[in-house]
Amino acid sequence: MAFESLTGKLQDIFKKLRGKGKLSEKDVKEAMKEVKIALLEADVNFKVVKEFINTVTEKSLGQEVMESLTPAQHVIKIVNDELTALMGSKESKINFSDKPPTIIMMVGLQGSGKTTTSGKLANYLKSKGKNPILVACDVYRPAAIKQLQVVGSSINVPVFSMGDKTTPVDIAKGAVDFAKNNNYNVVIIDTAGRLHIDEELMDELKNIKDAVNPNEILLVVDAMTGQDVVNVAESFNEKLDIDGVILTKLDGDTRGGAALSVKAVTHKPIKFIASGEKLTDIEVFHPDRMASRILGMGDVLSLIEKAQSQIDEKKALELQKKILDQQFSFDDFLEQLQGLKNMGPIDQLFSMIPGVNMSKLKGVNVSDKDIKRIEAIIQSMTKEERQNPSIINGSRKKRIAAGSGTSIQQVNSLIKQFEQTKKMMKQFTDLGKSTKIGKRRMPFFR
Amino acid sequence: MLNFFKKNKKEDANLEKDKKGLYQKLKDGLTRTRNNFTAKIDSILSLGRKIDDELFEELEEILILADVGVVTTEKIIENMKIKAKEQKIKEADKIKDLLAEEIYNIMEVNERPFNITSPTLILIVGVNGVGKTTTIGKLANKYKNEGKKVLLVAADTFRAAAIDQLEVWAGRNNCEIIKHEEGSDPASVVFDGIKAAKARGADIILCDTAGRLHNKKNLMEELKKIYRVAQREFDNANIETLLVLDATTGQNAVQQAKIFKEAVNVTGIILTKLDGTAKGGIVISIKSELDIPVRFIGVGEGIDDLQEFDSEKFVRALFE
Ligand SMILES: Nc1nc2c(ncn2[C@@H]2O[C@H](COP(=O)(O)OP(=O)(O)OP(=O)(O)O)[C@@H](O)[C@H]2O)c(=O)[nH]1
Ligand SMILES: [Mg+2]
Repeated sequence: MAFESLTGKLQDIFKKLRGKGKLSEKDVKEAMKEVKIALLEADVNFKVVKEFINTVTEKSLGQEVMESLTPAQHVIKIVNDELTALMGSKESKINFSDKPPTIIMMVGLQGSGKTTTSGKLANYLKSKGKNPILVACDVYRPAAIKQLQVVGSSINVPVFSMGDKTTPVDIAKGAVDFAKNNNYNVVIIDTAGRLHIDEELMDELKNIKDAVNPNEILLVVDAMTGQDVVNVAESFNEKLDIDGVILTKLDGDTRGGAALSVKAVTHKPIKFIASGEKLTDIEVFHPDRMASRILGMGDVLSLIEKAQSQIDEKKALELQKKILDQQFSFDDFLEQLQGLKNMGPIDQLFSMIPGVNMSKLKGVNVSDKDIKRIEAIIQSMTKEERQNPSIINGSRKKRIAAGSGTSIQQVNSLIKQFEQTKKMMKQFTDLGKSTKIGKRRMPFFR
Repeated sequence: MLNFFKKNKKEDANLEKDKKGLYQKLKDGLTRTRNNFTAKIDSILSLGRKIDDELFEELEEILILADVGVVTTEKIIENMKIKAKEQKIKEADKIKDLLAEEIYNIMEVNERPFNITSPTLILIVGVNGVGKTTTIGKLANKYKNEGKKVLLVAADTFRAAAIDQLEVWAGRNNCEIIKHEEGSDPASVVFDGIKAAKARGADIILCDTAGRLHNKKNLMEELKKIYRVAQREFDNANIETLLVLDATTGQNAVQQAKIFKEAVNVTGIILTKLDGTAKGGIVISIKSELDIPVRFIGVGEGIDDLQEFDSEKFVRALFE
């Protein structure tokens, strides 16, 4: 596969450039050639790729290569960060109506998976305490109504149908009335698959929209779609002003570049992904996972992560030296705290260290909730105070407390905790030396 | 079809509309993107244009946008460059012929007609939603019209209402259908289908199967079992396995073709949904890498929307 070799190719390009320095135009250009191929092989639309490459090139030029990363890895890191940002920085959910029922309309090409996905969504919302109905508006495909009925009965969600002789607009209207009268708070409308260039059928969707005013119009897109996905997404979005996208069939082995293309041309969030034939196989979309799937360089990305942790390790060594020399300051303390925030509950971390007596740790039993307050206190200290806490006298404490919105007692207790930590860290370090506990396993020395 | 070179009548009309102003322009924009293909290649290849890297890059873009894929596109472009040099081609519009030739060369290798002897069992396979069941409806119509006795076998016992869907097509074609309950073993439906075909003297047996992603080991095993049953029970029959591919599919189609071929010896491809804007260029890669010929194309949801594929016509259609 082209992707496995991408890492290799990039490493070749940068072989001569190992080490520090700024990314030159030539480095970046060479790397981008390979990134371009990677994205195209992932089915990201050509025009989207071109734009993306331009943006990333601009961002990369002249950047200082991160310590312990090769220029190649650094470029990939920038690419990955940019991809993630493009995919949307956070998860987005369904807009529920203040006045039930919430109306959700599913649209898309033939065979993209609307019917199954409607069922999954109903099942998902039901598990979240909603009371949905499914609406059979595909009056064209043979047995489409029956399919929805089978799906509905298997998840115990009623299916509203008026056969295939009524127009989809009337069926949709009828369904909304039915939901109102029978206390269903979500209406999921399954529409027939259609081509984005079929004007008559696209108008039909618009008419359904105008008739029932959906809270969510979701475009269902097959993750395996190629270059044409931009035309499809643009057309549906232009006609209906969609609210989001559901990406289906991600249990296949496609890289799913269509996700990026759709996002790039519609600027609408991908809300869910479907990844299996079971009616429970639906989940909220995670932009970062999709980004690394498209890039297809899991190995490089974990390498980068490791390289970054090596940086942290180097810092940890410096820190250790500081502790031994009794120079550990509030600045270091703050940095450690911030590092810890990403690592989970603190006592759990401590308990992972062999040979540590938990009872000795009483003083540093900081709960995650406290971290914010501690940060505020430290940030209210002057540079000098952080470096040399012994100068913090009564009036300084008063100022710090006021600045951080805490009390003098809280400032006092932090200073005490800090001294204890400092002492304890020294013990750890000594312990580490005597019992050969790997330095890396110390929580404060990630 | 991959008809990006085809002159499109609508284009002039659209250009006309453009004069109407910005709003109309925006509205027409999308239709134009589609038709732009033709306009674009013509402008790229307009007379007097130099043959340079930029020209080849633009041709490359067109092939990529048609889902031909990076590897095959590069191969085609490389060959074109060599030939352009060899043949000392100076005018850009001659490049078009070269491009046609390259694609044709790929598509016509080992070309042999799709011969249907009696009896023939056609196993229709593919990933979910590509158009398998609909294509069976169209194929049944085609062979019925040729005076053949057609039998449908409903071996998609998995998807909700799949059997009902095929039954509707059987009704439309007025042909017989062999079916079991939803959830039953698909191989045993095929077994019964073959028994019935023998007893009734059917010429063409069309087996629908459930859509399955090629990376699902158990589902591919299930398909292999169906194929084995067909081979064992129908030894006097010609067995064809046709893979249905959706023309909108991107590079993953190559993987689909590869794995389905390994599992059930795919002998041909049916490329569906060419009535949309997708170009289906991936079949060029599949032909080039796996030597699987395209047999039919689907151009709509109607019973007549099926055409036989012919690579010569196919390439000619590119440049008409
Ligand atoms: N526009 C267009 N639509 C098609 C074509 N072929 C099939 N379809 C549509 O695509 C959708 C899916 O077709 P099916 O025949 O159910 O596909 P399938 O492969 O049997 O699907 P599963 O059995 O669910 O895997 C239906 O709405 C068909 O009408 C075609 O050539 N053009
Ligand atoms: Mg089917």
